[in-house]
Amino acid sequence: MGKIMLEVKNLKTKYVTRFHEDVYAVDGVSFRIEEGKSLGVAGESGCGKSTLALSMMGYYFPPLHYISGDIIIDGTNISGMKPDDVRKNILGTEIAYIPQAAMNALNPTQRIIRFVTDVIRAHDPKADKKEIRERAEARFAELGLPRDVLDKHAVELSGGMKQRTVIAVSTILSPKVLIADEPSSALDVTSQKMVIKMMRELMEKGYIKSMLFITHELPLLYNVTDDIMVMYAGQIVEKGTAREMVFDPVHPYSHGLMGSILVPEEGTRGSKLTAIPGTPPNLKKPPQGCRFAERCKFARPECRYQAIPETDFGDGRMYRCLLGVDQLKEEYSHE
Amino acid sequence: MSEMRTRTVKDYSNAPLCLSGRGVTRAFGLGEKRKLAVDHVDFDFHEGEFVSIVGESGSGKTTLSKMLLGLLNLTEGQILFQGKPRDISTGRKQREYWKGIQAIFQDPFSSFNVFHKIDSVLLDCIHMRGGRHLSKEKKIEMMTEACSFVNLKFAELTNKYPFELSGGQMQRLMIARIFLLKPRILLADEPTSMVDACSRATILDMLLDLRNETGMTIIFITHDIGLAYYISDTVYIMEHGRFVESGNAEEVILNPQAEYTKRLISDVPKIHEEWDLSTVDLLRAE
Repeated sequence: MGKIMLEVKNLKTKYVTRFHEDVYAVDGVSFRIEEGKSLGVAGESGCGKSTLALSMMGYYFPPLHYISGDIIIDGTNISGMKPDDVRKNILGTEIAYIPQAAMNALNPTQRIIRFVTDVIRAHDPKADKKEIRERAEARFAELGLPRDVLDKHAVELSGGMKQRTVIAVSTILSPKVLIADEPSSALDVTSQKMVIKMMRELMEKGYIKSMLFITHELPLLYNVTDDIMVMYAGQIVEKGTAREMVFDPVHPYSHGLMGSILVPEEGTRGSKLTAIPGTPPNLKKPPQGCRFAERCKFARPECRYQAIPETDFGDGRMYRCLLGVDQLKEEYSHE
Repeated sequence: MSEMRTRTVKDYSNAPLCLSGRGVTRAFGLGEKRKLAVDHVDFDFHEGEFVSIVGESGSGKTTLSKMLLGLLNLTEGQILFQGKPRDISTGRKQREYWKGIQAIFQDPFSSFNVFHKIDSVLLDCIHMRGGRHLSKEKKIEMMTEACSFVNLKFAELTNKYPFELSGGQMQRLMIARIFLLKPRILLADEPTSMVDACSRATILDMLLDLRNETGMTIIFITHDIGLAYYISDTVYIMEHGRFVESGNAEEVILNPQAEYTKRLISDVPKIHEEWDLSTVDLLRAE
């Protein structure tokens, strides 16, 4: 077992709005990532994937508020830190975050080298211009980005190139954890593959120690990350290795999710996609019992009011359901 | 849920032609900058056929779909609708043509007029089909039927505005519109790219049901080759404005001939085969 790079314990955060009730978007999430490993987060839109990423940085700004829980990065607990300290000491060096559609946020009037300078100077205000350029050139060359990208404006680059540039710039300080929120969703398949290859190189060369990868595309997650966890309505419903999760899901929600995978392989044409009916619950007033009970085909009456225990297998595999594994397998075999 | 749908590929080559194109071309720009977005393509879409047009961004898929809808003029070539050359020279003829061809677009959030309630969106469809004289009860019955076809409840939607719905619900409402209009051809331009995987399965199933129920031709435009393989009878692979390969979905995707198709398929992450990352060259000029 490797060194634990990131550990999140029972993290709870909420969105506070002025005229409505609070929204409990991340509600008791716990997981850990070891050194050199990557974890994927799957789930439908609105289940709290992106909020989890934001909450994990420890950098809270309204309307997002911290309630309780710990975020431990390589032994340091950052959950109680002030936002200013987090920005100065944690972001960039400990955690790097690539938000959704980051490539569209590049300032079109600045050259790429300026973004690199900004990132480095934020942590070392006296950094020398020449050194910064050398450092950036070396890193870009190693990640397979052409050197002349540094002197270009964002508008001169293609979508895939922009996204790779954003990843290279945000990891220039070799952070311990990289959080990538849908880094390849807006790209076509070839550029997506290039982005993934680059992220894998970052991991292999040790520039990032661990990675949290958020996407709703399951075949991609299966190929990129070591472990996958499935989120539903602010909670983790199942976690396991990528292979277990895709071929042997336990929780009814992950079972449904894995049934909606579309790949150009023989045999997928004849199979029926499983669609999960209904909509996720309102997180302003989360249901008492199982949050998935409303949409679950196998729900028992007690699912709706009983607290749902987490069943841990000990080897990193867990699921959250009232029914036992055998019971669920039995139900799936009747389908 | 339990029965497996075994969809064998039907041979559509003898079915009557619905929409076909001969040498369809569209150029943008002039002089040196002149670029052919769609470059002399020929196609035959038959009645009841589920056609997919697959290509990467910039391959001319959307330009072609706009020409099919009559929103963009052709530089060269002609489009035949039900065997006769298409005539949309006047507004009246254009509206007549749109009774036969309708579209679902990529972005559900901008497909609706934000000032119109859902009732009026659906009522417009009934009026367009010549149902203006029907009684109110009959109209509500038709709207309820259309909504239940896409698993929505009309009673919950009435008096609401489109922005109160989620993306998946809006896209389903678009399909309910199509169900009321019953056009001969439905052009779906990436209808699932902005909704997540669960709703995607629902929408695809609804499109298949719609085809089976009304026998319309569906032209599905997508960049996702896995999706095209799952849903379509015939696929057309498009690269730089040309069709590089076309034919039966099983044949094209399981046994691709063109280099471009092979690359597209190898670039999609799979679950039963190893995803070979070594085939991409990071320094390749994009």
